[in-house]
Amino acid sequence: MDKVLEVAKLSKVYGQGCPSCYELTGPQHNTNLCFRCGSIVAAHDVSFDLYKGEILGIMGESGSGKSTAVKCLYFDEPPTAGQATFFDDDKRYDLFALNAAQQRRLANHRFGMVYQNPHLGLNFDISAGGNIAERLLMSDMDNYARIRHQATRLLSRTEVLPERMDELPKTFSGGMQQRVQIAKALSTNPPLLFLDEVSTGLDLSVQAAILDLILEIQQEMGTAMIVVTHDLGVIRLLTGRTLVMKYGRVIESGLTDQILEDPQHAYTQRLVASAL
Amino acid sequence: MSAAHPFGFLDEHAKKEVRRSVLKAVAIPGYQVPYSSREMPMGRGFGTGGLQLTLSLLGKGETLKVIDQGSDDSVNAVSLRNFIEMTCEGIHTTTRTEAADLLQSRHRIPERPLREDQLIVLQVPYPDPLVIVEPSENKRKLMHGEADYSRLLVKLYEDIVKFDEITISHRYPTRINDHYVIDPSPIPRWDVPKLNHSKALILLGAGREKKIYAVPPYTKAEPLAFEDVPFRVEDFTNEAGHRRACQRCGCNSSFLDEFIDSSTGEKVFQCSDTDWCNTIMCGGASLSSDSDTNPDVKNKEVANG
Repeated sequence: MDKVLEVAKLSKVYGQGCPSCYELTGPQHNTNLCFRCGSIVAAHDVSFDLYKGEILGIMGESGSGKSTAVKCLYFDEPPTAGQATFFDDDKRYDLFALNAAQQRRLANHRFGMVYQNPHLGLNFDISAGGNIAERLLMSDMDNYARIRHQATRLLSRTEVLPERMDELPKTFSGGMQQRVQIAKALSTNPPLLFLDEVSTGLDLSVQAAILDLILEIQQEMGTAMIVVTHDLGVIRLLTGRTLVMKYGRVIESGLTDQILEDPQHAYTQRLVASAL
Repeated sequence: MSAAHPFGFLDEHAKKEVRRSVLKAVAIPGYQVPYSSREMPMGRGFGTGGLQLTLSLLGKGETLKVIDQGSDDSVNAVSLRNFIEMTCEGIHTTTRTEAADLLQSRHRIPERPLREDQLIVLQVPYPDPLVIVEPSENKRKLMHGEADYSRLLVKLYEDIVKFDEITISHRYPTRINDHYVIDPSPIPRWDVPKLNHSKALILLGAGREKKIYAVPPYTKAEPLAFEDVPFRVEDFTNEAGHRRACQRCGCNSSFLDEFIDSSTGEKVFQCSDTDWCNTIMCGGASLSSDSDTNPDVKNKEVANG
């Protein structure tokens, strides 16, 4: 199997940080706030590999550092420490050694991101089609008719009526906004997609439809995905492997079936037991 | 006045700073070079950016032409010309484009092609084309550095979606030398192609925003557009399908101003460039003295005259 992403010892500390930050935080201390310097250790020592066409889940309660890890990988936040290598065909990129322009280029061309809040992923002042056009224009497509065609194709693929593509996303329902976000993320055919709580806050039938869509896309295009969620149902439905995070640390990792059927860590056991 | 002020009103240090900024602007085509922009005895926004460039570059014995929207005798042109005449002893002024060494212009580039030995200074109100899509100057600087203009192109995309064409009438974003996109000051679209491989050095000065940038001679200047929706200039075709002509000189190849004739109430069109209009009226008489102009242009002018 082809490796897409290799993350080693990724850490993110908000605040000035001190030498004892990592020792004084974590699940064993029940906090991610270092009492000595007041810094927040949002994520520490996160390591995993991701292979082509695989969906990896990152599960945990809010504040456990799951979104932070993904934001670092999408260059939304600079990491404090750690390494990440992205394998693209025969090229490999040391993600955190790239300069800002190279990072932006890679994020635009080869990565896709779908945020929980569509306001982060979409520009609400321009039409749905314009949002997709923006990403295509970033990847150097400069033919109006082709951009138009591509945007129409993507929106129909994600089941947004192409007739509504020239409307502003704020006139759309939450589920539709999420679909537009997915269409935008997919517009450059990225080999790696980050999904941050995509279905949270949507009603159940819409949730199911969005999750179906994600699975179909993974089957069709072989896109590798990292799915961040606190929803066990989403984890069970989508992912093959899962990391469980608490207070910035990975406390358990393995095959999703194993983790859900036979959780080892006390926290995971409680999490699984409390699921409806 | 001349006793109270040094030649060119600004002190030598200020002029030197402007010239240094000009050198940098020429060396990095399209890049907005920040400079100090001194207080001038007129409000910012009245062409102080262009004025400081002119005062720093104009020397004794040289000839200046000042243009306001194509005209030599509208208020901004007259005030600036008076001020420069008052503070720069020994310079000449003219209204003839071909006789000028340095032209300062508000929102037009003359119809007559400029020569290598000429220099045009444009007054700029808003130097940054990205200001319509990004309010933070820090972020705009990053976007310029990375040549990230996709959000400007989205603006064009939205225009085509809504109106079937790009509706920017002036300040058309133009990419210089394949990297920086500039706001070419509020010149009409008609003048944008004149930036491309211009023989004369084009300097742009924004006094209020404290920026100087340049389109050096023989440099590529390419208006942003799509491959299949190309840039186009203003269309002066009338209902009958004929190119409108200037009602004064009859020229049908110049940029026209539209106004209502106060006596008849009719809509009339007239050359925006008054010097051009006068030249055509005189049958292009002044052209013979002008051995430098390129032969194509001469033929065109003769044909029009």
